[in-house]
Amino acid sequence: MTTRQVGEPVQRREDPRLLTGNGRYLDDLGLGALQAAFVRSPHAHARIVDIDIDDAWELDGVEAVYTWEDLDGRVGEPLPVLIPHPALTHPRTGYCLAKSEVNHVGEAVVMVVARDRYVAEDACGRIQVTYETLKPVVGLENARAAERLVHDDAPGNVAANLLQEVGDVDTAMAAAPNTLTLELEIERSACMPMEGKGVYARWDADDASLRLYSSTQTSTGVRAAVAAKLEMPLAKVEVVTPDVGGGFGVKIMHPWPEEVLVPWAARRLGRDVKWTEDRREHFVSSAHERGQLQEVTVGFDDDGRLLALDVRFWHDNGAYTPYGIIVPIITATQLLGPYKPGAYRVEFWSLYTNTVLVTPYRGAGRPQGCYAMERTMDAIAAHLGLDRTEVRSRNFIQPDEMPYDHGLMFQDGRPLKYDSGDFPASLAKLKDLVGWDDFAAYREQAAREGRKVGLGIGCYVEGTGVGPYEGGHVQVETNGRVNVATGLTTQGQGHQTVLAQIVADQLGVRLEDVHVTTGDTRRMAYAVGTFASRGAVMSGNAVALAAKVVRDKALRIAADALEVSPDDLEITDGVISVKGAPGTSIDLKTIAVMSNPLRYAFDTAAQAATQFSGAFDPDKPPVADDDEPGLEGQDFYSPTQATFANGMHAAVVETDPVTAEIRILRYCVIHDCGVMVNPMIVEGQVHGGVAQGVGGALYERMVYDEGGQLLNASFMDFLVPYASEVPHVETDHLETPSPLNPLGLKGAGEAGTIPVTAVIASAVEDAEGFPIRSMPISPAELWELRRQHSSVPAALEGAS
Amino acid sequence: MTDAATEQKLDITLTVNGVRRTASAPARRLLSDFLRHDLGLTGTHVGCEHGVCGACTVLLDGEPARACLVFAVTAQAHEITTVEGIGNDPANLSPVQQAFAECHALQCGFCTPGFVTTITAYLDENPRPTPEEAREAISGNLCRCTGYQNIVKAVVRASEIVREREEETR
Repeated sequence: MTTRQVGEPVQRREDPRLLTGNGRYLDDLGLGALQAAFVRSPHAHARIVDIDIDDAWELDGVEAVYTWEDLDGRVGEPLPVLIPHPALTHPRTGYCLAKSEVNHVGEAVVMVVARDRYVAEDACGRIQVTYETLKPVVGLENARAAERLVHDDAPGNVAANLLQEVGDVDTAMAAAPNTLTLELEIERSACMPMEGKGVYARWDADDASLRLYSSTQTSTGVRAAVAAKLEMPLAKVEVVTPDVGGGFGVKIMHPWPEEVLVPWAARRLGRDVKWTEDRREHFVSSAHERGQLQEVTVGFDDDGRLLALDVRFWHDNGAYTPYGIIVPIITATQLLGPYKPGAYRVEFWSLYTNTVLVTPYRGAGRPQGCYAMERTMDAIAAHLGLDRTEVRSRNFIQPDEMPYDHGLMFQDGRPLKYDSGDFPASLAKLKDLVGWDDFAAYREQAAREGRKVGLGIGCYVEGTGVGPYEGGHVQVETNGRVNVATGLTTQGQGHQTVLAQIVADQLGVRLEDVHVTTGDTRRMAYAVGTFASRGAVMSGNAVALAAKVVRDKALRIAADALEVSPDDLEITDGVISVKGAPGTSIDLKTIAVMSNPLRYAFDTAAQAATQFSGAFDPDKPPVADDDEPGLEGQDFYSPTQATFANGMHAAVVETDPVTAEIRILRYCVIHDCGVMVNPMIVEGQVHGGVAQGVGGALYERMVYDEGGQLLNASFMDFLVPYASEVPHVETDHLETPSPLNPLGLKGAGEAGTIPVTAVIASAVEDAEGFPIRSMPISPAELWELRRQHSSVPAALEGAS
Repeated sequence: MTDAATEQKLDITLTVNGVRRTASAPARRLLSDFLRHDLGLTGTHVGCEHGVCGACTVLLDGEPARACLVFAVTAQAHEITTVEGIGNDPANLSPVQQAFAECHALQCGFCTPGFVTTITAYLDENPRPTPEEAREAISGNLCRCTGYQNIVKAVVRASEIVREREEETR
């Protein structure tokens, strides 16, 4: 009997290729294609007065120079509002090339296509754009003050205002014995995949068709958007996602201007055209996330139980809102974490600024929500002099209260209803792992050595695996090879391995015979994309369902051939045999031959399926009315709602008494994503998530000056953590299966990132004894806080 | 404005992965672009083009070097080893490559070639690194996916595989 694959730390199928230089990322394709480069706005807010492109044409190798005026048909219209929402009353999107106004530094103004990138950039340098500069709106406080507007027709700089309320907050708050108000701030960061975006278009003039390669998180989304923009039949556009060098959210946004312009230019020129984003372009023309100002008022009883929670926050959505208000909606709903808030009211304003647009980055609004809630929990504990885990524990939703409906609408337009989770068990595990109850002794010992240490905690719940659907297609070839296709894309999550594990189990074949294709519209035209930790949940269940279709068909054909009931058959290692009588068997690949009645034999095995082989009933048609040829099948998984994963993190930090340097001594994670298909990969996702969280908590921020210039748009200045900054992560897992899907899966991709900012704030606060209300925190900022608090008695003494 | 209309090209000859390769490129062509676009060796990746991320790290006469900070022409007559030279056959991995697969030390794989070249050179110098030394050794390369923990593990594991293979062939 073959070992069950699901649950095993199987080595990744994709690795040997990627390790040996045989990966094919976007820029590895299209050797010899023309290359595009862009003139981008150097101003945060300006009107375009004139564009002089004449000098660019002087260069040998320049093939085309385009401005907005060249953009014909729908290519010249504004980019789509991808996710409309009734509260998004003033959606604004840019053009593929700026029409008359630019709204952030980095906005594309002119496109050059040339023999190679060097020439294309030379040409960009020769283009003169005359601007009439306007005063920009930079930073949430300026956006909120609205003395100046980003878009003249978006009053107050407000793109959206949304309020949700459950219960009567005003009454509950008035009756609460204790209330606290916290003003909180969290700054911008960004996904920063090691590979930027990229697009490569192959126009087939003979066929009037387009093959587009894009480093994207949604090939079907790009395909539909490009077909619409280029006014082409969907059947004439195919989108293939090659190996993708990381996404983390920024590549779910689509269509990026370049995703429209590159194929448009390829069609116009009748040539292959490619654009590969460079690092500076990624900083100033892709997307950022996180920036929010928050105001939390909480009412609670003397035991620390929440009675009322009133949250208002202001979300910086940058210059445009193509991705709608998904991020602030997630903050507003996922802020609640594992807790029962009592009466809850949350209102946000999503505000325009003259900065790079804001779309989901790993965690997608949850890190901000978790930060608000967990800062509040710590504040309650400090106020009442209670242990911080005790306050959390008293507010937990209990396992027997699942499923738990918060009465709010989640980001997928469906109820925020937790499906399962055991928060008390998670907390117990975390306290055990980090040694929570022994920390006081450790702190005292450290203090005797002149060291300052602090312990922090953060808990989160993450809605994962949102719909609407994903599909799976499974096909058994006559040589026994199993081809699996799903439409969502992969950026390092190991889908070729985990989906093969699932199919191997479901179908009863060897793992090495299963070959998975993702993100190729030629193989699966219906798909949504890779975001919201949905890959394993959605495509995992979809390929499992498709494998069952194939298995049922194989057993039906085999049962006929062996003259037994399908119920008496099993499939192991690609061989169908009668249970208890392994001698009576037939290979799955033989069933694949039999499933496809042939006129022409293409090889020896296929001869068995040809018309004179005699292996058929002359009274029946070769393919029955309710059947199809071939041993293949497809199915779709579409859940009624998201499934909710959860986790709890704790960190021990040390702050240098003199330099205020912050060092993470220990980082502990309890993680519950339901059934783990491949624990090694889940663990890897957690490690990577924590590393990004550490970046966001201590190092990364987008430094805009008042003129809207991004001052740190390079890896020299924007501090992505190296190995020297990322702690060793200690992990332990709970596996609370989701009751919502057949495999019991929950998503795992984003989890590691979500609570880190909250945890580090909690730990630094614990070490220093004064409240931390703004993150990320640098040594200079901590030093300044110490100075401010040096005349004030340590307010939080004794609270841990 | 005809000065830059056409650009002079130079014949550049390097030994890449043990093979003499010549191609014609302008003086300003970066070694990373030369390897990728002129020689078609796309295993060397470009992550930042300013020498910070290390994805483009190759071995220049055996020493790690950032190919995005070197003009191809200045590497004239030198020996370059790319990830393809360390192991280009998915069925026959080098010790470092095998250790990466065993330890799940890569996710998207984009930064990986730079780590593989860096670590391969490092293990020549320090064949028995501790985890702390391993972490130090990789602290000049950026990875956005793994959090480095499994890369540290892979460095140590690679050193074991080197020894295991030496013993097998003894």
